[in-house]
Amino acid sequence: MIRFILLQNRQGKTRLAKYYVALEESEKHKVEYEVHRLVVNRDPKFTNFVEFRTHKIIYRRYAGLFFSMCVDITDNELAYLECIHLFVEILDHFFSNVCELDLVFNFQKVYLILDEFILAGELQETSKKAIIDRMGELEKQE
Amino acid sequence: MALSGMRGLSVFISDVRNCQNKEQERLRVDKELGNIRTRFKNEKGLTPYEKKKYVWKMLYIYMLGYDVDFGHMEAVSLISAPKYPEKQVGYIVTSCLLNENHDFLRLVINTVRNDIIGRNETFQCLALTMVGNIGGREFAESLAPDVQKLLISSSCRPLVRKKAALCLLRLYRKNPDVVNVDGWSDRMTQLLDERDLGVLTSVMSLLVALVSNNHDAYWSCLPKCVKILERLARNQDVPQEYTYYGIPSPWLQVKTMRVLQYFPTIEDPNTRRSLFEVLQRILMGTDVVKNVNKNNASHAVLFEALALVMHLDAEKEMMSQCVALLGKFIAVREPNIRYLGLENMTRMLMVTDVQDIIKRHQAQIITSLKDPDISIRRRALDLLYSMCDVSNAKDIVEELLQYLSTADFVMREELALKAAILAEKFAPDLSWYVDVILQLIDKAGDFVSDDIWYRVVQFVTNNEDLQPYAAIKAREYLDKPALHETMVKVSAYLLGEYSHLLARRPGCSPREIFTILHEKLPTVSTSTVAILLSTYAKILMHTQPPDPELQHQIWGIFNKYESYIDVEIQQRAVEYFALSRKGAALADILAEMPKFPERQSALLRRAEDAEIDTAEQSAIKLRAQQQTSNALVLTDQRPPDNGSVPVGQLALVKMPSMSHSTDASLADQGLAQENGTLSKVDPQAAPPSADLLGDLLGPLAIEGPPIAASSEQNLVSGLDTVPSASDALALAPVVEQSNSVQPIGNIAERFHALCLKDSGVLYEDPYIQVGIKAEWRAHHGRLVLFLGNKNTSPLLSVKALILPPAHLKIELSLVPETIPPRAQVQCPLEVVNLCPSRDIAVLDFSYKFGTTMVNAKLRLPAVITKFLQPMSVSAEEFFRQWRSLAGPPLKLQEVVRGVKPLSLPEMANLFNSLRLMVTPGLDPNPNNLVASTTFHSESTQAMVCLMRVETDPSDRTQLRMTIASVDPTLTFELKEFIKEQLVSMPTAPTASTVPAPGTPQVQPSVPSATPTDPGAMLAGLL
Repeated sequence: MIRFILLQNRQGKTRLAKYYVALEESEKHKVEYEVHRLVVNRDPKFTNFVEFRTHKIIYRRYAGLFFSMCVDITDNELAYLECIHLFVEILDHFFSNVCELDLVFNFQKVYLILDEFILAGELQETSKKAIIDRMGELEKQE
Repeated sequence: MALSGMRGLSVFISDVRNCQNKEQERLRVDKELGNIRTRFKNEKGLTPYEKKKYVWKMLYIYMLGYDVDFGHMEAVSLISAPKYPEKQVGYIVTSCLLNENHDFLRLVINTVRNDIIGRNETFQCLALTMVGNIGGREFAESLAPDVQKLLISSSCRPLVRKKAALCLLRLYRKNPDVVNVDGWSDRMTQLLDERDLGVLTSVMSLLVALVSNNHDAYWSCLPKCVKILERLARNQDVPQEYTYYGIPSPWLQVKTMRVLQYFPTIEDPNTRRSLFEVLQRILMGTDVVKNVNKNNASHAVLFEALALVMHLDAEKEMMSQCVALLGKFIAVREPNIRYLGLENMTRMLMVTDVQDIIKRHQAQIITSLKDPDISIRRRALDLLYSMCDVSNAKDIVEELLQYLSTADFVMREELALKAAILAEKFAPDLSWYVDVILQLIDKAGDFVSDDIWYRVVQFVTNNEDLQPYAAIKAREYLDKPALHETMVKVSAYLLGEYSHLLARRPGCSPREIFTILHEKLPTVSTSTVAILLSTYAKILMHTQPPDPELQHQIWGIFNKYESYIDVEIQQRAVEYFALSRKGAALADILAEMPKFPERQSALLRRAEDAEIDTAEQSAIKLRAQQQTSNALVLTDQRPPDNGSVPVGQLALVKMPSMSHSTDASLADQGLAQENGTLSKVDPQAAPPSADLLGDLLGPLAIEGPPIAASSEQNLVSGLDTVPSASDALALAPVVEQSNSVQPIGNIAERFHALCLKDSGVLYEDPYIQVGIKAEWRAHHGRLVLFLGNKNTSPLLSVKALILPPAHLKIELSLVPETIPPRAQVQCPLEVVNLCPSRDIAVLDFSYKFGTTMVNAKLRLPAVITKFLQPMSVSAEEFFRQWRSLAGPPLKLQEVVRGVKPLSLPEMANLFNSLRLMVTPGLDPNPNNLVASTTFHSESTQAMVCLMRVETDPSDRTQLRMTIASVDPTLTFELKEFIKEQLVSMPTAPTASTVPAPGTPQVQPSVPSATPTDPGAMLAGLL
């Protein structure tokens, strides 16, 4: 299962943090700091997987943003790697050509999309269309 | 740039972004927090819109990494707002800010419940999402039944149901004891018919958790999962929106294959066949393509398929296909694929016997150990570690040592530990082991934990042949200019004990040894100084005739340290000084360290303890546990040459239990079988000394055995009067172990397991492991007993006697009287079956370790069913025979109660393991099992036996069994034996109403079963 998802830029600013396990505040800060340090200096030619404590970070870099997921050591790495990409495609579709600023100024929307995509640390919906349609429904209610 | 629709929020975000530095940002944030705090204080004037805006701002500030220690109440209270926009903010922000243990959550449980059971679908979704993300125990207690209802409700949209599935998953994972899933197997089976792939994806995640916890309850889901996988893999009826770069939902495929890995096996031949067809398709049909995403997605599916094939123990051909694929992967440039190739090779080693094929890739794997990417290096290290055995230990360990000097710091400790473990486990000879450990200390002293050097001292102490060699090596290292302190410790210790064995060599006179050691003293820490003092005392003792000059020099040092600030050193100095003036008595007092009591290596134990934390237990690990028995296998077959203890046999190699299909000869497999896992010691039967590290440290911390803690005070004064050497020696730390040897694991369980399979462990205690491997052909049996000495000292007076029952002729070849350290001997055993009987042969086995005599009487699994050969019959043939064997005593029937509850596939599995071939579909009633076999003995030709078992689906603890054969004794004995196998003797002895198995008279069973009994109606038919 996914333990947490982080979106961080190269400077280490967190753009989104979602935890599916209960962590203390101080622990969350530590995790965010460590994960950033772990992924930021890796060569683009390296694997997209890094071991992190007793888990694994599956990460992918899009422009200046790192999308990192912490998963179990026995989980299927490539499936989660593509899960990240699907999420990015959904964001891209929703914001039409997403950039970091969209995520900054609309962070609440990003949380909303994420809740339609992943729940309880597991994939909930893999159809881009289903998620975009659902977001449309929700926007109408606001 | 899209705007958030909330001006105040956007302005604030811009402000923060425009800050030039961290300090400005903090000021801006603090100002905003102050503002929010004041606004919240005076809540009356706050419009819902404003409240919402401030709560968003709080989340944003929180995300920036600032502590937000107020306003939680306001966020939580928004959950109770009547309108969607506020409620939504409340739910989202709460699930980000608070975790499951927060008190405030309790306040909204009722609101959340009302949202879940209410009619507003949007509210239902919000509530399910929050509970799914942060729900704790109290939520599980009050909401689980409602969530379960939503999941199976036909009136809910897929949207709600997929959230309900995952919400339930969360509650179940967190509190399996609270969420009641009894009877959920039927529901899950129905849910798998779901057409909406979003719901199916979520349901599949739930199923993984349920099945991993208790696969028995979910057998009915298995064929459906295979169907789903078939449908996806063939891309039948998959909506376009659920294909990802042309691949039908790779995630659902992966999940489905994950579920299948939690079932121990797949019995139904049709299901198995279709699954293998799909897997074959995936294995063969996955090509490398240009598009990265498509490539990743298809390989995600491929790697999961590989894992499933490994799990299912496919035929050799398919396995070698997998290894070939992995071999290809570990050589590609694409780093992700190479990484996964290495990772899966390691997994493969854990479950199957592919050691030899994988060894061919050793060079390639070593290349990956030098990859610039640490992730890949780690995988390569793990793989090398797992694939290591006696044959390649030297190459691999030397490769690790070489790499150690250039490896990055984060990996050095692990590397050092792994090299040390491999050297210990697989050393072709002990001197090589000493070489490796000393090199380790030399190259990476900082990363060599104390356990490692304690262990080498233990080995040297317990093996006399090794002592001069170790002393020479230690002496050689002392000549090096810069020495790690650990090296000073270990050399000082070894030279103190054994340098007198080198006395005639150049540079090894007591004075020279002392001088070179003493040079190190000014630079070392207190703990090392203590060891050095002990060494000096020992050197003095070994210097015969005494060298007055050396004596004075050392006494001078003792004198100097008598007033040292550290009390331990002070005490040693005082005592050694007094002792060393005792003249001849000194030799007795400062005698050589006694042998260490045997104990499990702390290192090996550490390797076993490495637990990982995952949501579900890994399927591979589960499987490794199911393969309960791992027998020790001989690695060095040299016979011990006339009495002297060969130093060459350190290695322990593990062998996976053979699958029933493997019929290859025993001899060639002995060497090769290896799965790389460490011996699993039953946790409840710990080795005699519980605190291994503690007592490892004990004797070493004192260093000189005579100075035992108990009499430290009066030892010095007492010695002035009567130097009672024998008393002092009695204090030596030899653990008293009279008759306290406890077997590891349950002997009865081991026997029962071996009745069902042909290899495994028959007996194990802290000193010895007795493995067994058998081959049965008609009425002949060939067993091999593997007696493995787990110690570093020999086992003596080994005796093995067979007490055969009347119906078996058993010949045991000679058992050697001594088993050398860490060696294993094989004792073949020939068995001939004369007539049917369920009596059991007993092996009376004894040995001596030190002064402890151990005796065990073990039942040998040469049981009646081993002389059966499964036979398949056509329906016509079966019925003809069944009718011809009418009634007692050729056909016996009995109602058996107190049966271990087994599902039908499990029961079929059990019968198949007992060599009774179950023919599915032969009996029209699906609750019945029909099996056929032939029995072989020397006196008769093969005799056909038929069996029918009628089970009661409403009560799995009882069944009716009918057995038929042409021989009344065979019928009876077989019936009684199978009954014993079915009844749960160890767990519920009281519930069982089975007649004593020894009852001699044949019981014609009562055919007057109630007419509602489904079996009874069919009985007439048959």
